[in-house]
Amino acid sequence: MTSGLRGLREWIQRLLGTVRGGRPDEDLEEELRAHAALAAEAGTRERRSIDSALEALRDQRGLPWLDALKSDTIFGWRQIARHRAVSAASVLTLGLAIGATIAAFRIVDAVLLRPLPVADSDRLFYLQVSYVDSRGEPDTREDFDYPTFIAYRDLLARVADVMVVGMSHPADATIGDSQQAERVLRQFVSGNVFGTFGLTPALGRLIGPSDDTAGAPPVAVISYDYWTRRFHQDPRAVGTVLRYGDRVFDIVGVSPKAFIGTEPGLVPDVFVPATSNTEALNSPGWSWFLIWVRAKPGITPDHVRQVLQADFDREHQARLKGFSSDTPRKTIEAFLSEQISLLPAAHGASPIQKHLGSPLWILMALVGLVLVMACATVGNLLTGQTLSRAKEMALRVSIGAGRARLMQLVLVESAILALGASALGALFAWWAAPAVLAMIEPIEIPVRLVLDFDWRLASFGAVLAVLVTALFGFAPALRASSVTPVTALKGDDARQSRRVIKSLLVVQMTFCAFVLFAAGLFRATFDRLSSQSFGLSYDHVLVLAANARNDDGRTAHWLQLADAVRRLPGVESAAVSGWPLLSQNGWQETVHGGDRGADGRPEYLLGVSPDFFKTLHVDLLEGRDFRQGDAGPRLDAIDKPVGGVGIVNVAFAQRYFGGRNPVGERVLVRQEKDVDAPLDIIGLVSNTAYRTVRERMRPIVFVPYSGVGQGTLLVRVAGEPAAFGQTLARTLRREWPGARMREVRPARDFIDTQMVVERLLARLTGSFATLALLLAGIGLYGVVNDAVIQRRREIGLRMALGAQATDIVRHVTIGSLVLVSVGLLAGLGAGVAFGRLIGALLFQVTPTDPVALAPPLAILATVFALASLPPAIRAIRTDPTETLKRE
Amino acid sequence: MSNRDAQIEVLQGTLDLMVLQTLSSMGPQHGYAIAARLEQVSGGALQLNMGTLYPALMRLEQRGMLRGAWGTTDTNRRARFYSLSPAGRAALTSERRSWERMVAIIQALINEA
Repeated sequence: MTSGLRGLREWIQRLLGTVRGGRPDEDLEEELRAHAALAAEAGTRERRSIDSALEALRDQRGLPWLDALKSDTIFGWRQIARHRAVSAASVLTLGLAIGATIAAFRIVDAVLLRPLPVADSDRLFYLQVSYVDSRGEPDTREDFDYPTFIAYRDLLARVADVMVVGMSHPADATIGDSQQAERVLRQFVSGNVFGTFGLTPALGRLIGPSDDTAGAPPVAVISYDYWTRRFHQDPRAVGTVLRYGDRVFDIVGVSPKAFIGTEPGLVPDVFVPATSNTEALNSPGWSWFLIWVRAKPGITPDHVRQVLQADFDREHQARLKGFSSDTPRKTIEAFLSEQISLLPAAHGASPIQKHLGSPLWILMALVGLVLVMACATVGNLLTGQTLSRAKEMALRVSIGAGRARLMQLVLVESAILALGASALGALFAWWAAPAVLAMIEPIEIPVRLVLDFDWRLASFGAVLAVLVTALFGFAPALRASSVTPVTALKGDDARQSRRVIKSLLVVQMTFCAFVLFAAGLFRATFDRLSSQSFGLSYDHVLVLAANARNDDGRTAHWLQLADAVRRLPGVESAAVSGWPLLSQNGWQETVHGGDRGADGRPEYLLGVSPDFFKTLHVDLLEGRDFRQGDAGPRLDAIDKPVGGVGIVNVAFAQRYFGGRNPVGERVLVRQEKDVDAPLDIIGLVSNTAYRTVRERMRPIVFVPYSGVGQGTLLVRVAGEPAAFGQTLARTLRREWPGARMREVRPARDFIDTQMVVERLLARLTGSFATLALLLAGIGLYGVVNDAVIQRRREIGLRMALGAQATDIVRHVTIGSLVLVSVGLLAGLGAGVAFGRLIGALLFQVTPTDPVALAPPLAILATVFALASLPPAIRAIRTDPTETLKRE
Repeated sequence: MSNRDAQIEVLQGTLDLMVLQTLSSMGPQHGYAIAARLEQVSGGALQLNMGTLYPALMRLEQRGMLRGAWGTTDTNRRARFYSLSPAGRAALTSERRSWERMVAIIQALINEA
């Protein structure tokens, strides 16, 4: 046996000695007594006393530090059990805060931090183009078209693997012999994706390079998740067919369980080769996927970027030649300043990351503040307790307990509380994380995150528990350890402890004011966004989107469909438009004329059918609505411009005609490079929003719907819109069998979808603020109550001398009022700075807005009054004679 | 104590060897007998007190080198007797070897000076 092993054996024996007790004290003592007796018999004298030898033996029997811990734990538990109310309040407070923190971490981890389970994930990047948008704001886009992919693949052949990684989109498919269309989340991938990711199939095979060639038999791979949900893991899923419209795909395999796609938040159901999207392969400008690259060994990402940027610049110079001669200089400069960059894809790349990234970090930060507040509150409660235990501590010191020993005693007690709180918090987080996810739900596609319990979560929880213990246990532990018998008896110690309590109160107030302020900003943003007028009514309106072959009969089909739907019972009106307003789609053309003369600028256009304005409750102020047979400005068969009619909104009339009635006027609308067609204005409508909810009302030119591009049907119904979806789908099948329905949804969705982040922030920060207020209230109550108890005799005296109730109340609350004010100022100052930082997330609210500043002040004042009320009432009810008699 | 100056400190780590060697040459013994034997062999220079001896015995027992059991002495007293375990015998052999090497090294050093 080596000495290391012997040491281990000794340690285990001592551990067992601590846990199970080992040889009992009586046994040890008997042996020592026998020794003493034998020594006495032999006439020698034993120098050590039996007691001190026994102490040395006890230390050897177990692990002394563990023994101390054991006794501290038992003692701490008794303390906790004795102060049941305070302990319960502490565990509950901390539990809620820990739970909220863990829940926030679960979501942040799932969306932003978890690495993709693929080979060499840290060498994966995706391409991003930075550009300046039409309003001069910097923006980025990550989607590319297929010709660009081919060009980059060839360009980078020697330095990187270049992949098509599609954006998951819902598509209607039928599976096997079923006639029922099902909605599946489909992702296009190039043939090298699975190989580069180093994935092995759970069943069958994955898509390989040979599947991703023009003319290859169409194949599909389903995700493990979909295989489980749809096929209940039936191996016969492989070999089943999947139909999209008239395309038939053979399911050849199931992707591995760990691989949940490349877009955290979305779990694709089906992967298909990129080349199966045949229409898109030769369409420059049709951007439908991300380009991922993996640098080859020995090649730096920056080298890859430089190669790309050089090509990117060449291509831009070439495209510049196609620009109109009157393109403003600024537009050209902006175009030439576009950059291509490589972003790390180790954690995936998804729209949810892009939209929720900073809001999630903000939530995480706020929840962290609430947790610190909770620690301060509990720290205060415990410091108050050590105050009442000063005598006990003094006794421990006088019998020789060291500083470290006393600190350990209190910290162990804190750790027990933290453990209880962590357990409660874990339960709370279990419930809360999915509930928070449900709030992100209105994003078109159901959000699915992997929220499994794993080592990441476990280690986060463990670190959190330790941190929390240190945070709230440290102040009381420090207080307890500095006790000396003399100060404890003289009462100095109590004064010092009160100082700790007061500074913790200031911390609480600062954080509380900050969280309250932030919550107020997000609330106001959400309120203003949702209560603003978009100039139209989407209540009781349904939107039907369908795909049809691009042929000449398309416009007629759409208009006939609208007529048929209009005749249905329960339908108030129906109209067709290229896309719904507020659907974040846009179409801009340069417009000249009116007061602006030749000074053209891009304006929004939208093709709409008759009754469009009636359906959306948009007021027709002047002129007339479109009629059957109206046509917009266009090019004829030999590309000569042909004039047409249009309806403009008030903002347009303002900009081009100084607010005059524009009906009967004429403007020019750009058709192609340097070619304009005249548009006669036949009507004027009130302003509406166009693209997004955050955009202010802008000039819009409505032209007769011509079937170019997309189409949607807008239907205003008398009753509940949701119930009408089935009828619409049936009508579409009957009236226009050649069309395939994409979706039917309430028009209101288009607005709600854009406010998901705002709603999430408003709701969650609102609940954090409530929690923060509760904590602040508890802290305040403690301090004011303490002031009343401490000054009982003084209050009695004052009352005996004839002080008024108001004087007494002022007297006991003035101290904490000062503390609250200090905290409030600090918190609001931090809040204003924070508000500047997150300006992009706010809407029509500035941090120095009185509207933003007033609510936290008012709410905190109320909480202060409520928390001080019970002790203040107790103070003025003090019976002077009773109090003085007792003293 | 008259012979305090003549007493020596137990060298760190040598107590285990002394105890093991004593038990090896005398067979199972109780604690007092071990202490008495060491005192006798050292001519009174080595006087182990209970606070040193018994924790050492317990440590050796925890390491599996000794086995302790209650028994009776010649004078019919109850006492705890310690005996060497096979692991203890093996440890004694290796400890003795390393002690001898150490002594040789020290000796050589001193002679050189």
